Amino acid sequence: MAPTRREFLIIAGLSAIGSACPPLGRIIAKETTSRGTLLPGAPESAPALKAKRWAMVVDANKCCDDCADCMTACHEAHNVPAIANPNHEVKWIWPERFENVFPAESHAHIQENVRKKIIPVLCNHCDNPPCVRVCPTGATFRRADGIVMMDSHRCIGCKICLAACPFGARSINFVNPRPFIRKLNLDFPTRMKGVIEKCNFCEDRLARGILPACVLACQEKALVFGDVEDPNSKVRQILDKKFSIRRRAELGTKPQVYYIL
Amino acid sequence: MLEKALTGSRRYGILVGILLALFGMGVYFYSRQLEYGLGLTGMSRDVSWGLYISQFTFLVGIAASAVMVVLPYYLHDYKAFGRITILGEFLAIAAVIMCVTFIFVNLGQPSRVLYVMFHPSLTSVLFWDMVVVSVYLVLNVVTGWTVLSSVKEGVPPPAWVKPFIYLSIPWAISIHTVTAFIYAGMPGRSFWLTAIMAPRFLAAAFASGPALLILLCFVLRRFGGFDAGKKAIDALATIVTYAFLTSIFFVLVELWTVFYSQVPDDMEHYRFLFVGLEGYNTIAHGMTVAVISAAAALVLLINPRTRKKDSFLAVACVLVFLSLWIEKGLGLMVTGFTPSPLGHLTRYTPTGPEVAIAIGIWAMGFLIITVLYKIFLSVREAAELD
Repeated sequence: MAPTRREFLIIAGLSAIGSACPPLGRIIAKETTSRGTLLPGAPESAPALKAKRWAMVVDANKCCDDCADCMTACHEAHNVPAIANPNHEVKWIWPERFENVFPAESHAHIQENVRKKIIPVLCNHCDNPPCVRVCPTGATFRRADGIVMMDSHRCIGCKICLAACPFGARSINFVNPRPFIRKLNLDFPTRMKGVIEKCNFCEDRLARGILPACVLACQEKALVFGDVEDPNSKVRQILDKKFSIRRRAELGTKPQVYYIL
Repeated sequence: MLEKALTGSRRYGILVGILLALFGMGVYFYSRQLEYGLGLTGMSRDVSWGLYISQFTFLVGIAASAVMVVLPYYLHDYKAFGRITILGEFLAIAAVIMCVTFIFVNLGQPSRVLYVMFHPSLTSVLFWDMVVVSVYLVLNVVTGWTVLSSVKEGVPPPAWVKPFIYLSIPWAISIHTVTAFIYAGMPGRSFWLTAIMAPRFLAAAFASGPALLILLCFVLRRFGGFDAGKKAIDALATIVTYAFLTSIFFVLVELWTVFYSQVPDDMEHYRFLFVGLEGYNTIAHGMTVAVISAAAALVLLINPRTRKKDSFLAVACVLVFLSLWIEKGLGLMVTGFTPSPLGHLTRYTPTGPEVAIAIGIWAMGFLIITVLYKIFLSVREAAELD
């Protein structure tokens, strides 16, 4: 039966009051989370790994030519779709040749082994990230510990960050990615079509006290992860000893992935 | 006054019908894009902006060019433009609405478009572009409509509208400057990373916009019984000529810097633009057409005998428009992405649905122009009868 005019006005009035009082909803939500009912069955996790400034060292000398362990591990851990069409590909970490990674350092007489080298590339988690600067909604942002993050729920898919990133580290989901996920990892969200994604330095794993998936997957220990502000950290120990370079450092984005070649 | 758009000649009805049909086609294909995603277009990971954003950029210029009739009339009391200032403002309205629509269809998650307002990011040029473009739309709607209302009543425009008109002049410059800043502030895109981008945009805008306005005036004279007047057309043609020359000069200045300094990264992009790289020369073919059109247009425009003849002027305006549409459209867009920062060449070819959506938006724009100009003509006719 259709509501009478009186009933309608009462409902409309109550709805208006209700929508004006969001704090009540928030209080209830907080209650639920504090009791820990948000993620039932979540494993008891180690304390979160924390740093002043997360960074990675890629020792490309240790990389074997046809090894893709780090890439497979990353893409499986983060439900990155395996899309065959290169135009629509989504990549968090992937292989490139030396001349493409370091165009300015490349020349005709460079050592054969370096020229042929396949180097893993990923988001550089820049200290001065242009992607964050250009994003119109704050969907991509930089955390205090330096990780450049993506909020897929905030992203409108304008793609200006793809244009702003000098490293080609960002992908947009041109199509619905879910049918292309090979093995679904229930511990990490999937994305929807039309939003941008990229490497997150495994912040989800750091929060559970686990090192990044690519770092653990590498049997040659070519990838090292740690706090670059901490002089005793593994990354700093390597950087102190070996000559390292960063991709397109002249652009001033201050990349935090260091390469040893 | 809106009711005047509802009646009209048979020819008006047919034109509106055709434009509505094309717009409907665009809506249909957009609904498919909504369902499937941006994968329906030719855009890719490497060339992540394409036809849509290129049309947006070009049309911001058309919108800004209204200032070329508003400024001489209101600041310099150039009476000859009195009859066409409203036409310039109405053209700006249509162009801005097209711009906003092109930005919208380029979004991967269009339902979230208002996040730009709910979660504004003050460092984002795209946010500021949305602000200046929206305000510019309001300014032109308010001024154009108010001035036309006073034409209808046979009274001078109310005094309160003057500040809005004056504000619209610097605002027009701002919309195209901010649009240029979207491109000119990206560290990894050397093709766009040039301080002359905004001046270049403005020069191109002040050529292409008035060229389109001249063509629209010719159409109105032929089919609408409205004569803009010889003096106004001559003045517009002079503006097109100087702006087009400036625009070409700016491109030559870029070429000098790039090829004399011989920085490889910068040269690669210009080689791609004009001759192509590794056999990928679709854009270069387009640019050949643009260069030939520009040369032919210059001959017709610089020579006063041809410039002052309507038939030659019309051809010149078509050539100017075409040339800049290519250069500032897909030329500017695709070349910025090719080669990619990693040195890869990825081909961009707009798909059928993508082109259909773009045609639909252009049809929508021309529909707005048609309706607004029809109202303008009917109001004038009625006012003259009184």
